[in-house]
Amino acid sequence: MELKLEKALERLEEIVQNLENQEVSLDQSLVLFEEGVKLADSVQKRLSEAQLRIKKVISEAETFKISDFEI
Amino acid sequence: MTRKKTKEQLSFFEGPVAPPKDFLVTKIAKKKTAAIKDSESPVYSVSQLNREIHDLFETGFPPIWLEGEVSNFRHHTSGHMYFTLKDANAEIDAVMFSDQNALLSFEPNDGQKVLAFGHVTLYERRGKYQIEIEQMKPAGMGLLQMAFEKLKARLQAEGLFDVEHKKPIPPYPERIGIITSAEAAALRDMLKIISQRYPALEVLIFPAKVQGEGAALTIAQAIRQANLYSSVIAPIDTLIVGRGGGSLEDLWAFNEEPVARALFESKIPTISAVGHEVDVTIADFVADVRAPTPTAAAQLAVPDARELLLFLQDRSRRLARAQKNRLNEQEMKLNLILNSRGFRKPLERLREQQQSLDYAKEMLARSAKQKLLGTREKALSCVQRLESLNPAKIIQRGFSVIESLEGKPVRSVQQITVGDQIKIKLYQGKLRCKVTEKEEDASDGTQTRKSA
Repeated sequence: MELKLEKALERLEEIVQNLENQEVSLDQSLVLFEEGVKLADSVQKRLSEAQLRIKKVISEAETFKISDFEI
Repeated sequence: MTRKKTKEQLSFFEGPVAPPKDFLVTKIAKKKTAAIKDSESPVYSVSQLNREIHDLFETGFPPIWLEGEVSNFRHHTSGHMYFTLKDANAEIDAVMFSDQNALLSFEPNDGQKVLAFGHVTLYERRGKYQIEIEQMKPAGMGLLQMAFEKLKARLQAEGLFDVEHKKPIPPYPERIGIITSAEAAALRDMLKIISQRYPALEVLIFPAKVQGEGAALTIAQAIRQANLYSSVIAPIDTLIVGRGGGSLEDLWAFNEEPVARALFESKIPTISAVGHEVDVTIADFVADVRAPTPTAAAQLAVPDARELLLFLQDRSRRLARAQKNRLNEQEMKLNLILNSRGFRKPLERLREQQQSLDYAKEMLARSAKQKLLGTREKALSCVQRLESLNPAKIIQRGFSVIESLEGKPVRSVQQITVGDQIKIKLYQGKLRCKVTEKEEDASDGTQTRKSA
């Protein structure tokens, strides 16, 4: 399961700040940089490939009846 | 709304009970009777009379709610309001003093129907009775408004609006629920906004009846269903509860207690979205966030993907820049170290030592060679000397070696007796000889002694 978008963005922000902060070693920075680039790419991919799904939910006899909803 | 209905609703809301119609008449009649009994016509000054009438109004007439239409409205520079309240058949002067009218939520206009709360009194100087108003609301809306205020006060006292209960709206939802009428334009508006802003989403519509009989209950039920769905099927991040604009009556379901309770109990963060900007409902107070309109709710509920992409671009750029800076810096540091005296000095020392090593090696090689040469010379002279001592060489030079037959070297004549056989080694061979004579040297070597 991919990281939740919110967590992914939080992590990305954290990485950017760590990298901008000079206290990270070169080795660490290479690992962080790679992670950051991957995160940004995956979030971007998720957003650009996503398709809005709209459904109608009606509860019937203790269950939910879920149907597609056309705008 | 008819007057009759108003009265019924007034008593329902525990308003003041109107006094009996013959209330004033009875009181004045009593006084008159007493005066006649005394058979003396009492003489009143106008002031006295007005004072008495004033006192009658003040002490005997409880405050009432009065519905009427405003006319001849004046907001005096003193701050007080003077106007007339009337209906089709009658009118009464009205005054609302500045400390009371400062609390009004609206500015009355001529022709406006209002519901006023106040007490009847007499303006003694003019001998005119009037109603002194303490509170006033626009009528029509008035009764609903009162119900609204009452429920609002009760729920507020119970803590349903408290900030500590407000849940934050997740900034990046994956699934949101919308509770509204499935056919309404408001829903289409919301879905349009959502699809423009943020496609990475599942939207669940929980249809509800948003006006008319039983609407409040179906809205409350839909809120509970959404919560149930969220806990048993798939988590819902945010719930929008609302409808488009309409009259106060149309929006009324959102002012009812069942909706307020369901919103308060919702585990899912809620956004209320009822009517237009100016419409404020109880639901707005209970929901975690109030959106002024349904479209505004859609904007609050989902982020803007374009902004998010810009954010990602910015962070990617910052990542790259930070890393490039770091690498440049590391490169500079490395160069600095490579060029530093500290780093070059060991190299210099190494070179120096190499040089002296080379020198030493050279010296060693040279001295070894010399030593070797000397040794060889010595060895050669030794060999030469050794060679000169070789008996074979001596024989070559004309000497011979005498040995006994047994091979013992004969060094002296004294070892030989005449007649002895001896062996003589000389150049190119040996001789066997018989001694026939011997001469012995004197001890000083000058005399010889012959024997045969």
